[in-house]
Amino acid sequence: MFHKLDGAKLPLGLRLICSAAIAALTAVLIAIVILSGPAAPGLQAEVAAQLARSGVDNPVTAVLLNFRSYDTLLEVAVLLVVAVATMPAPGRRLRPALAPTGDMVLIGLIDLVVPVVVVVGAYLLWVGAYAPGGAFQAGALLAGAGVLVSITGRFQFSFGALPARAILALGLLTFTVTAAAVALQTGVFFQYPTAAAGVLILFIEAAATISIAATLVLLYGSLVPPAREQESGP
Amino acid sequence: MTQDLIYSVCGIALFGIGLYGLIIVPHILQKILAVNIMGVGVFMLLVAAGHNPGGVSDPVPHAMVLTGIVVAVAGTALALSLVCRIGELQRDGADEEAAP
Amino acid sequence: MDSGFLIDLVLAAGVLILAWLSLVATNLFKAIVLFISLGLLVTVVWVRLGAVDVAIAEAAIGAGLTGALLLAAWRRLWSQRRPVRDASGGDDSGGDNVS
Repeated sequence: MFHKLDGAKLPLGLRLICSAAIAALTAVLIAIVILSGPAAPGLQAEVAAQLARSGVDNPVTAVLLNFRSYDTLLEVAVLLVVAVATMPAPGRRLRPALAPTGDMVLIGLIDLVVPVVVVVGAYLLWVGAYAPGGAFQAGALLAGAGVLVSITGRFQFSFGALPARAILALGLLTFTVTAAAVALQTGVFFQYPTAAAGVLILFIEAAATISIAATLVLLYGSLVPPAREQESGP
Repeated sequence: MTQDLIYSVCGIALFGIGLYGLIIVPHILQKILAVNIMGVGVFMLLVAAGHNPGGVSDPVPHAMVLTGIVVAVAGTALALSLVCRIGELQRDGADEEAAP
Repeated sequence: MDSGFLIDLVLAAGVLILAWLSLVATNLFKAIVLFISLGLLVTVVWVRLGAVDVAIAEAAIGAGLTGALLLAAWRRLWSQRRPVRDASGGDDSGGDNVS
């Protein structure tokens, strides 16, 4: 048998010891931060010096998708792993979706909001090249729209289907293939040719946005309660 | 400088609060919240360290924190679905024990 | 002691208080809602620190999606466990006690 989800409280003595240890650790860390003085100057000068070669004008996007692409590649891979972990098993009958809601306010709001959110998501993706924004923000926003739509129960995202699985893997696939393709030309993995860097980054970001949004919607969909508990309503 | 210091201290305190919650608070959902709070504390420390008042902030911590936020939500979702699965197995087990 | 300093102090204190309250809350629903408000407040902190990229992501993910995930899990596991006689309505959004 498993542990209970709301496990037992620790004994009082142990709790006191743990609290004291945590308080001491926190105090020591705070003292270190205060005593260590101002942080060393960051990498902003280096990033600014190389920004012209990165293909984008927004330093954060440049770091994410050019200077430290491996971070982002692995992050997209982490998302794919989590998506695989929470995905419904193939061949298993799909759970019925939430019962379609009759809430006219919700439906009307979603009819208004979702198109706007999709446009704003595309804008965020585009504007990420030279202002705050980018693939993660756009993907999260689109996922929010997807969650809103699935709350109504009028549509259901079925991630058991093969095309949906392809969408989940699209980001990682595009990322890796692009990195390998530019390696053929420049000889280094992820070393974009300077002239084409902007277009390549936008291309990768677009694919990553779609995958991130799909993954987050899948994560939400795997957590919503099965419909039978709600259909038994009045 | 003071601003960075405030948020650095706040980040460490958040980390401590999260650690306390992770160890002491009995409920599993709140333990997941606690891990998230620890993460927020680390992010805050990172961003405060990269903050450059009056000048350009360091973009590298920003990028790391962005990556971290997305990974944190993925981890949270994984933890939650594991918890849901365990809870349902428990409930089924309890049902079977109650009515064999 | 300008107003910016005061804002930072209040924000940091608010973040800490919300984090603490969300961990010691005995009502799971309350804990989740407090955590979502923590995400919103942290978004303001990112803006104060000049990390607008992070703020956008936090507003969408930390305050939006994480909350949706937590509430979905809460609803699936904890909201309908307690009220046996009331299982048909599922309206017990007040949540149940932790202990």
